[in-house]
Amino acid sequence: MNISVLSGKGGTGKTTISTNLAVRLTTKGYKTQYLDFDVEEPNGFIFLKPQIKNREDVAVKVPQIDEDLCNGCGLCAKKCNFNAISVVKGKVVLFEKLCHSCGLCSIICPQKAVTETDRVIGKIEKGFNGKLITYRGILNIGEPMGVPIIEKLQEQTKSDYINIIDSPPGSSCNVVHSIEGSDYSILVTEPTKFGLHDLKIAVKVVEKFNIPYGVVINKSQQDNIIEDFCNKNNIKIIAKIPFDRKIAHKYSKGDLLINDEKIASIFDSIISEVVEVD
Amino acid sequence: MKICLSSTGKGIESKLDIRFGRCQYFVIVDTETNEAKAIYNKGADSPQGAGVTAADTVLEQGVDVVITGNVGPNAMKLLSKGDIEIYKGTENSLKDNIEKFKEKSLNKITKSVKAHSGLKNRWDR
Repeated sequence: MNISVLSGKGGTGKTTISTNLAVRLTTKGYKTQYLDFDVEEPNGFIFLKPQIKNREDVAVKVPQIDEDLCNGCGLCAKKCNFNAISVVKGKVVLFEKLCHSCGLCSIICPQKAVTETDRVIGKIEKGFNGKLITYRGILNIGEPMGVPIIEKLQEQTKSDYINIIDSPPGSSCNVVHSIEGSDYSILVTEPTKFGLHDLKIAVKVVEKFNIPYGVVINKSQQDNIIEDFCNKNNIKIIAKIPFDRKIAHKYSKGDLLINDEKIASIFDSIISEVVEVD
Repeated sequence: MKICLSSTGKGIESKLDIRFGRCQYFVIVDTETNEAKAIYNKGADSPQGAGVTAADTVLEQGVDVVITGNVGPNAMKLLSKGDIEIYKGTENSLKDNIEKFKEKSLNKITKSVKAHSGLKNRWDR
């Protein structure tokens, strides 16, 4: 089972919910994996502190030109859909960061001067927090495309495990690719205008994919702004995490919240709502 | 000599577009014959790599000089490999910019601006 956690707005508590939920599930005996899909800022490991067992580079294919074979005909440049190749004065100029690894240039080159080579854009780390299996994707700084790493992370989900997918903020390609194939989405929000604005966007995203979902209100205090929206649209609020100095303090130290029995019971109610349905 | 200007319209009375990769047209003026022709810049609506497309278009035309406002990193790389001189124009008519160029009062551009600078209003929805 894949449970994705998203929010639209950054800083609402996706990672807080994901990490605590993953550990609580493990404690309750569920075979669980936590996967940090926020490849630009994967910070879930701050809370989980896993022992890293494995690191693997993620590479994409980019063209490599054999200058002895290339006659500068320019066909590759003309046909490239992504403007990643240009031919100036008979010489190929590559723009690797524009390349989408489609391989067309290597297929069509009449001189067979184009081969594909690997370009590393980031890595995936695997570790353990007790029985909980943890993964995180890391996109190298300055790289424009996180999706290849996200697709590699998707390959790590296991059908006999509960896979908690800690999604990136926003609603762009990275988010869409991380929630693909989810059985349930938890939309984390906060009772602010900003939270509501971006929650609406997140709702549109999960509805587009027909994923069942529910809302968690984090920093819960005066929740009318979110409750009104949810009631009007028949959206279930599955849990509330209180706005509490003690929680903020733990969070700032990189500690989990579920050592507190009260908080743990909130996560238990999420589990019974999302996982333990028959 | 052939001069290429990034333009908002098709004629030399049009205003210069200070964006190179994302301008609508390139107007190419032959200083010997005073003939001008406009070509559509496919970079204007390219989802990515506008500067590469625009520079390719300009290079195909065999021009010697480009007059524009700002050039991004990818376009800069290609134009300099093609030995094209780039001059900084002003947001006035193309005609005015050509005059200024002939009077040698335009400065050369040797540094690119940041990528995506030409994506005007990208946050407007």
